[in-house]
Amino acid sequence: MLSRTADNLYWIARYMERADTVARLLEVGSRISLIPSVHGYRSEWDSLLQATGMADSFAKKYGDPVQRNIESFLFFDRDNPSSVASCFTAARENGRIVRTALTTQVWDALNTAFQELKALERTPRSELELSRLTEWVMRHAAMVRGAIDATLLRNDGYNFLNIGYYLERGDNTARLMDVKYYVLLPRVDFVGSGLDNYQWTTLLRAMGAQRAFHWAYGGEVTAAKIADFLILNPQSPRSLATCSAGLVNHMGRVAKAYGRETAAQDKARVLQAEIEGATVEAIFEEGLHEYLTRFIAEVAVLAQAINEAYLSGEMR
Amino acid sequence: MYQGTGVRPPYARLDDWVAAMPQELRSLKQAEAEALFRRIGITFAVYGEGGDPDRLIPFDMFPRVFAAAEWAKLERGIKQRARALNAFLVDVYGRGEIIRAGRIPARLVYQNEAYEKAVAGFVPSKGVYSHIVGIDIVRTGPDEFYVLEDNCRTPSGVSYMLESREIMMRMFPELFRENRIEPVDGYSEKLRRTLASVAPKKCKGEPTVVILTPGHFNSAYYEHSLLADLMGVELVEGQDLFVDGEYCWMRTTEGPRRVDVIYRRIDDAYLDPLCFRPDSMLGIPGLMDVYRSGGVSICSAPGAGVADDKAVYCYVPDMVRFYLGEEPILKNVPTWQCGKSDDLKYVLDQLPELVVKEVHGSGGYGMLVGPKSSREEVERFRAKIVEDPGNYIAQPTLALSSVPTFVEEGVAPRHVDLRPYCLVGERIELVPGGLTRVALKEGSLVVNSSQGGGVKDTWVLAE
Repeated sequence: MLSRTADNLYWIARYMERADTVARLLEVGSRISLIPSVHGYRSEWDSLLQATGMADSFAKKYGDPVQRNIESFLFFDRDNPSSVASCFTAARENGRIVRTALTTQVWDALNTAFQELKALERTPRSELELSRLTEWVMRHAAMVRGAIDATLLRNDGYNFLNIGYYLERGDNTARLMDVKYYVLLPRVDFVGSGLDNYQWTTLLRAMGAQRAFHWAYGGEVTAAKIADFLILNPQSPRSLATCSAGLVNHMGRVAKAYGRETAAQDKARVLQAEIEGATVEAIFEEGLHEYLTRFIAEVAVLAQAINEAYLSGEMR
Repeated sequence: MYQGTGVRPPYARLDDWVAAMPQELRSLKQAEAEALFRRIGITFAVYGEGGDPDRLIPFDMFPRVFAAAEWAKLERGIKQRARALNAFLVDVYGRGEIIRAGRIPARLVYQNEAYEKAVAGFVPSKGVYSHIVGIDIVRTGPDEFYVLEDNCRTPSGVSYMLESREIMMRMFPELFRENRIEPVDGYSEKLRRTLASVAPKKCKGEPTVVILTPGHFNSAYYEHSLLADLMGVELVEGQDLFVDGEYCWMRTTEGPRRVDVIYRRIDDAYLDPLCFRPDSMLGIPGLMDVYRSGGVSICSAPGAGVADDKAVYCYVPDMVRFYLGEEPILKNVPTWQCGKSDDLKYVLDQLPELVVKEVHGSGGYGMLVGPKSSREEVERFRAKIVEDPGNYIAQPTLALSSVPTFVEEGVAPRHVDLRPYCLVGERIELVPGGLTRVALKEGSLVVNSSQGGGVKDTWVLAE
């Protein structure tokens, strides 16, 4: 397939997954802000922006991290390339470019989301509850994903879409977990407190994984169990283990179909092996924030390798 | 549709259909049709009129109908014309016999902006320059057809022919059960066969065909992607292709893959920055060298535009006689060339009665419809003609036929034209149908979508 087509498919997946995560971040933020506020410490909303790496661009444009501004920035702002509106628009535009590589149903799902987005943008903000916005995003992200799974040929295009999904999702899970780091930064003695548990639970809830977590672990919510669930557990759909396994799988399928391995497959396997060999104790030893930061950097290196091997069209 | 007091035979059944359709159902169906167009994402500004790539063109549910015998005559006339136009192109890039014979002025050809010196002396694969010939036709009487214009470069709008049919079949299946309507869905297969049949000599085995688009901002992008999809070929942009050695290649996830036939939907000027416009970002550097050495076929061939100029148009009937030794089946609209002093005098005298067009204009822009214009507009146009007469041609306003069309109040006659798409490769063929454009404003003669025109499904009835 054309390198440009593969590139567009890969980015459709990344944008959709990113929009989904941004919606989940908004969910985390609003729920955390419902608990009695921790006076004298940085705002929870600010920690959320820190985790996404968008704190500076937000501060420049809006100043104070109050909820309404955060909503504007993360949902509607076209100047923010990671806002829901930007991501949905870019995904639909990429879909339009590669319509021949998509089924009517996938296109329909992308296009419907875009048309509804335009209607939302015309709706007075006073009529838009945050929960309505976040649910709307998750619903449309799921519809696109479902249409892909139900109708697309299992060819290289399908693999590149999935590579985009897993890459973005792994990266985003790491960033969502990092919100915890920024929230907790001011006072280490909060660890293990009721507040701490509430925050962890909120995080799980935002990932739609609260009940799944209880089924898998039962009993009390602890930092160690959650780290295990979100990083190491292959049953968890968003865990770093699941994402790296998905990457290895789909990149393996590409290599098999083309009869040729590249440096990208190597890097994916290294990433997966590292996660499989890790333990919660070792991760906490290194420091959760440090571990996640390292993971995010490795994912970026892998993305670069994928780009060079398949998407840029530069190899001969 | 109506003839005297009765209904013309091809429309007989439709008359009953309309009579039996209540107003509410009609509105419902119209809304459904528009929703379908929007959902599928069929957006278009037909004939390269530019504008918003997301704009929808109005769709009229009342089909336009041709009887089998009417179509048979049209088909013969169109194929004949397509053959003559291609013979002309091969000739003027070769020995120029028609010019030596004094049948067409040399300056009209060699000083024409669309004449590409870069391909002089070159004969493309199978001797075809224009592979998709779109001929715009109007009807003025029961058995009288006139050609308004030939389009030899990259005529657009065929997606409307295909999608209008698709939507009509979905909404009114009973019409297709009751009437014997010739299918148009063989178009993409014929197009693919046509393109493959002109693969270059150096190509061995199954040729790789691609469609070259300027990109998704182009108003006809939907059509480009639909055709690629229906044919199962890659839709490429200039950046996806490159030249290496004697061939043209595309960048794929598996490495470079050779390309044999390029159905380009970009203008000559943008094809190759080394040969034409150096600032073009759309084209492929070095493509013309590969083309001229037989490494790749370009459809339509660069330079084909010299045959569809509005000034050259006047000579097409002569081309038919000169190259084919036949009498033209389809007539030209009588045309005055303002560059000729006698014609100019006549045009200036009769200006309020005439339609005047720019030689290179398109899309209903830069034209004067005399009878529909104010005195002031006529005078303004007169000044433009006097300033540069060679840039204008004039035609009488024909008594254009009209066909029934759904309007606010019910059904009313509206003027239409027709563009069938003739495919020229190893053989010449066309599907029974075409793009019917309709002027939705009462009395309007202009069918361009930029001027309030819409489209209809075009039916050819089986014997």
